Amino acid sequence: MTPFPFYASRQAKARVDLLQLPFNRYGLDPFGIHKDSLVRFYTLLRLMHARYFRCRAHGADHVPESGRAMLIGNHSGGLPIDASMVLASLFWDLPTPRHAHGMVEYFAQEWPFVSPWFSRIGQLPGLPEHATRFLENERLLMVFPEGARGTGKLYKDRYTLVRFGTGFMRIALRTGSPIVPFAFIGGEEAIPTIYHWKALAKLVGAPYVPITPYILPIPRPVRCEIHYGEPMVFKGTGAETDEVILAYVEQVRGRIAELIVQGRESRRQRLDATGEGA
Amino acid sequence: MKVLVTGISGALARLLVRKLLKAGHKVRGIDKRPWPDPPKGVKVVRADIRKRPAEDVFRRWKPDAVVHMATVTHFTVSHEQRYRINLGGTRAIFEHCHNYGVARAVFVGRHTVYGAAPDAPLYRTEADPPLAAATFPELADLVASDLYAASALWRYPDLATSVLRLVYSLGPSARGTLPAYLSSGRRVPTVLGFDPLFHFMHESDCAAAIVAAVESELSGVYNVAGPPPVPLSLLCEVTGRRAVPIPEALFGSMLGRFGFPKMPRDAAAHIKYPIVVDATSFAETTGFEAEFDEVRTMESFRFA
Repeated sequence: MTPFPFYASRQAKARVDLLQLPFNRYGLDPFGIHKDSLVRFYTLLRLMHARYFRCRAHGADHVPESGRAMLIGNHSGGLPIDASMVLASLFWDLPTPRHAHGMVEYFAQEWPFVSPWFSRIGQLPGLPEHATRFLENERLLMVFPEGARGTGKLYKDRYTLVRFGTGFMRIALRTGSPIVPFAFIGGEEAIPTIYHWKALAKLVGAPYVPITPYILPIPRPVRCEIHYGEPMVFKGTGAETDEVILAYVEQVRGRIAELIVQGRESRRQRLDATGEGA
Repeated sequence: MKVLVTGISGALARLLVRKLLKAGHKVRGIDKRPWPDPPKGVKVVRADIRKRPAEDVFRRWKPDAVVHMATVTHFTVSHEQRYRINLGGTRAIFEHCHNYGVARAVFVGRHTVYGAAPDAPLYRTEADPPLAAATFPELADLVASDLYAASALWRYPDLATSVLRLVYSLGPSARGTLPAYLSSGRRVPTVLGFDPLFHFMHESDCAAAIVAAVESELSGVYNVAGPPPVPLSLLCEVTGRRAVPIPEALFGSMLGRFGFPKMPRDAAAHIKYPIVVDATSFAETTGFEAEFDEVRTMESFRFA
């Protein structure tokens, strides 16, 4: 029943066993996560994370070991490799692995094969109902408040932050969840988008289709970094006025911008040390 | 308590009657269909619920509670007929309840009223609007009767009305919407590239939940579920069926042919996207707990 025709590594299996998820006899959790699919998914991610993108995590100890939390970060790169690398980092870089739930674009639900794929690994459409429910179940939520506007950034606008949605902040306040800001560095070099093919995007129902200098949106094997910041806790009920919420969101956005600066510097040093250009 | 069950000859209703009797209630029923050998003491009046003989049961017997299960689905009757039976019947039952001093009414509805859509939340709460009429027009009459039944809550404030939205029932009787989909020739048509979660409960637990609703002071709309949902592929596997994935473009034309069950084309939405409900509110109010987990439920259907 797994939609992943991929082999399962022993290390991934051992770490999935450490996850605090309530799997039943068939390895299913109440949100439809399938244990065996998760093992295969993380096996594949491990290859990309450790070998292809040679991802490095900084400040991973800022992610709570258990309980609800919201990871908020920048979108980097024309395809969701940033999201999958953050998932990989939380699974492989933490002393006790954690599984994060991403908030997926709606169109992915309508695509055959893609939709069950996302469902079996707990990546559900980005609805406030899902976010709230995951947090109330003490899960880890991963949100990119830039949304599709963020992944659609062109290479010339790399590492700028577009407008943040505010829904995440109201949910964080309502559920009393700490926010862990993070910066993802490298995605924009991996898929440098120079043009959006709008006609094809419309045809397949996607928000955009990225075109790179080498035409196809295939990620290049560049080094990536993830920088986690210390958790930010906001007090409130979630019923505050828009001004109050916007001010809170700006604080998070500002912190992410700082982490981006820090991350780009750290990545440059690493590339200098290895003698790589990009 | 004197409990009147409409649609008493249905498979789930028969289970319900046995449970009600066991709990010490007196039971009578109305149905157009026969029930040749009902349990001792159960009187079945063969009548249309919209006709005079049905009203006479209320007048003479004066039931304390009514469980309304006399709704029909696309598997049995034509579209136009369904509207008349489901809405006209529901109206008649609630009016009789009001006119003849019934204290409690339980409307047994389905969780499919929420409709399956790609942008709907995985867990539906009672606050979510029922979308089925848009995604699966064949279910419009069921949505209408569900909402209409809930209008009894303000129309007749002294009648304790509960509208239950039960997940699919599955069990040894092999009757109902889900078994009908799973049973035909053991080959189950699925939509290629989709594997939604299916939410179901053992038929005995469905009956137990209705008893819990009858015996409690419930008033309002409630989702009713037991164990967590499972993917359709696993449901097929554990129930010994063979899932046959069909490309969506061909799906409609394959139904009713090559040993596949006959279904409306729009049913495809329910085979692509999940309908899963959050039933915590019902469990908290009534203390209901399902006896069968998802595995035993599937096996009870397979090895019946």
